[in-house]
Amino acid sequence: MAEHWHRRLIEGKSGLMAALTTVLISVGGLVEIVPMFTLDSVPEADWIDPYTPLEVAGRDIYIREGCYTCHSQMVRPFRDETLRYGPWSHSSEYMWDRPFLLGSRRIGPDLHRIGGKYPDAWHYEHMKDPRATSPGSIMPPYQWLLEWKIDAADVQASVLALSRVGTPYSQEEIDGVPAQLQQQGGEIVERLKGSGIDASWDDEIVALTAYLQRLGTDRPSPVAQGGGE
Amino acid sequence: MSNASAIEQAPQLAAAAGYDDGIVKKFVWAAVIFAIVGMSVGVLIATQLAWWPANFATPYLTFGRLRPLHTNAVIFAFAANVVFAGMYYSMQRLLKVPMWSKGLSEFHFWGWQGIILSAAITLPLGLTQSKEYAELIWPIDLAIAVVFLSFAFNCAMTIKNRKVEHLYVAIWFYMSFLITIPVLHVFNNLSIPATLTRSYPIYSGMTDALVQWWYGHNAVGFILTTPFLGLMYYFLPRAAERPVYSYRLSIVHFWALVFLYIWAGPHHLLYSALPDWAQTTGMVFSIMLLAPSWGGMLNGLLTLRGAWDRLRTDPILKFMVVAVSFYGMSTFEGPMMSIRSVSALAHYTNWVVGHVHSGALGWVGMISFGMIYWVMPRLYGRKLYSDNLATIHFWIATIGIVLYTVSMWGGGLTEGLMWRAIDESGQLKYPIFVDMVAKQAPFYWMRVVGGLMYLGGVFLMFFNLLQTAMGAAPAPAAAPAAK
Repeated sequence: MAEHWHRRLIEGKSGLMAALTTVLISVGGLVEIVPMFTLDSVPEADWIDPYTPLEVAGRDIYIREGCYTCHSQMVRPFRDETLRYGPWSHSSEYMWDRPFLLGSRRIGPDLHRIGGKYPDAWHYEHMKDPRATSPGSIMPPYQWLLEWKIDAADVQASVLALSRVGTPYSQEEIDGVPAQLQQQGGEIVERLKGSGIDASWDDEIVALTAYLQRLGTDRPSPVAQGGGE
Repeated sequence: MSNASAIEQAPQLAAAAGYDDGIVKKFVWAAVIFAIVGMSVGVLIATQLAWWPANFATPYLTFGRLRPLHTNAVIFAFAANVVFAGMYYSMQRLLKVPMWSKGLSEFHFWGWQGIILSAAITLPLGLTQSKEYAELIWPIDLAIAVVFLSFAFNCAMTIKNRKVEHLYVAIWFYMSFLITIPVLHVFNNLSIPATLTRSYPIYSGMTDALVQWWYGHNAVGFILTTPFLGLMYYFLPRAAERPVYSYRLSIVHFWALVFLYIWAGPHHLLYSALPDWAQTTGMVFSIMLLAPSWGGMLNGLLTLRGAWDRLRTDPILKFMVVAVSFYGMSTFEGPMMSIRSVSALAHYTNWVVGHVHSGALGWVGMISFGMIYWVMPRLYGRKLYSDNLATIHFWIATIGIVLYTVSMWGGGLTEGLMWRAIDESGQLKYPIFVDMVAKQAPFYWMRVVGGLMYLGGVFLMFFNLLQTAMGAAPAPAAAPAAK
C-alpha cells in the first residue's frame, strides 16, 4: 500500500500532533462556556439575597453528608414534576450556589421546593429517624446532626471565602456572622420548642434546617416564570 | 503453546533494551488491589440502597459519603492505574526507548498512590467539593496537578527522544489524555479556599454546573475512553497477532473523537435551567459522537479478522472482544440518551447508572483484565498460572455485567415511568415518592448479585496473578475436551 501523505507530515511530528490536539479540545469548551460569562445567558436576579451565615453552614453540612448523591435540586418543566414538587426551577435561583448542587440522581425526591413545605420539627424528626416521618424510606438516620455543633469561626471563614469569589457580603456582615448565627438559629430553636423539641442554636440540625427551609423560596414572580404553574 | 518461549524470554529482552518494566508491575498490582477496594465499596453502597441498615449508623460509612469514594476509587485508582501501567509498557516499546526519567516514573507512582490514600481518608470524613469525580479537596487537587504534569512531562520527553519517526496510533490517544486531563482538572477546580479542607468555586449556579459537566463528561471521555482506546490499539493487535484493520479509519476517528467529545457535557443538563442553546449544542454533538466511537469499535473488532477462531480458546481475546463490544453498545446508548425526549425519561433514574456501568464494567473493566492477563506473564517471564481460572473470570464477569445492566434498565424505566404517570383526573398516579422507592428493591438486589459476581472475578484474577508472580507451576490445563 502506498504510504499515506500525512504519515510523515503529521503523524511523524509529535509537537504538531500535540498542538492540533490542544486546539481541537479547546474549541468545544470555549464555544459553550465563554458565552455563559459574556452573554446574558443566566439572568441576574436582584431580589435574591445571598445565603445567610446559618444557611451557608447548613449548605456545607448538606455537601459534607453527600445529600446531593440521592437528592436533586432541579424541578424540570414537566407537568408531573410541577405537580409533585412545585414550580420549575429558574436559572437565576441558583445565582449564589457555590458549588451548584443540582444532583444527578433521584434516589429520593427532588428538594428544590422543599423550603417551607414542612415545619422545622419535621426536618428534625426526619434526620433523627427518616422512617418516623416517611414510612418506607431507605435514607440512613443522621442522628449525629442532633449532637454535633457548628463553629462560628469556621462559618465566618466560609462567608469570607464566598465574598472573595464574588458573593456580596459586606465587611459588616462578615464581622457579624457569630451574632447572625445565634439570631437565626435562635428563631429555629424557638419554633422547635413549640413542638416540644429541645435544641441549641449551634446544633448542626438547626443549620441544615435553615438551609432546607430556604431552598427554592426565591422564586421569580409569576410573570417572569411565564404565567405561573 | 507456541508463544510460551516468547513469554519466558520477554523479561531478558526488555532488560537488554533498557526498558523499565518494574514501574509497569507496580501500577498493575496497584490497579488490581484498588479494583478490589473500589468495587467492594461499590457492592457495599449497592447493598445500602437495597437494605438501608447497611449504612451502619455511623457518619463515616453512609451512602452519601461512600458513593464518591467508590467512583473515585474505580476511576482514579483502578482505571487510571491500568492506563499508567499500559502506557509505561507500550510507550517504551512503541517509541523504542526507555522512559526519559526513571525518577519521575517513581515519583508518579508513589505520588499517585498517595493521592488515592488521601482520597480514601478525606471522603469518608465528609471532606468534599461535591462536584462529581472532582470531589477531592483543594490541597489534593494541587497534588494531582503536580503529579500528573510530572508524568505528562516524562512522557513528552520520552516521545521527543524516540528512536522511531512515526507515532503509532496508540500514542496519539495517550497524548490526547495527557493534554486534556490537566486542562479539565485545572479549570473545573478553580476555587478560593476558606479553610485547609474547604473551598468555593469561582463559578456559581448554572455556570458552575456547565463547567462541572464539561469536566465530568470529558473525565469519562479522556480517562475512560481515549487512553483505553490507546491500550486497545496496542494490546489487541498484540494479543490477536494481527495488524490494526485500518490506518485511515484510526486517523479519522481519532481526530473526530477528540474534537467532538468536548462538546457533549451539557447532555447532563437537559431540561435543566441551563440556557437552551447550550443544551441543544450538547445534544447535537453527543449524537454525532456515535460515528467516531463506532469507528474505534469497528477498527478494534475488524483487527480480529482471521483470528476469530482463537476466541474459543484464548481468554484474553474473549475479554478484549467483549470489551470492544460493550464500548460499541454503550457509545450507542449514550447518544440515544442524549436526545432530549429520551433524557426526559432517563435522567435522574437508575438507567443512567446502568449506562455508566455498561461502559465502566464492560469496556474499561474487561479491556483492563485482558491487558493485565496478557502483560503480567510477559513481565514475570512465566506463563499464566491458569487459563481456566481466567476463563471462569471472564464468564462470571460477563454474566455479572448483564445482571447489573438489565437490573438498572428495569429499575430506571420503572422509576421514570412511575414518576411521570398521570391518572385520568390529571393528578399524579403515584403521589407518594417512597412508594416508588420500594419498587426498586428487587432491582437493587439484582444489582448486588451482579456486582458481587464481577467482584468475585477480580478476586480470581488476583489469585491467578499472585500464583503467576510467585512462580507456581502452571495449573494443569483441563484435559482436552473429549473429541
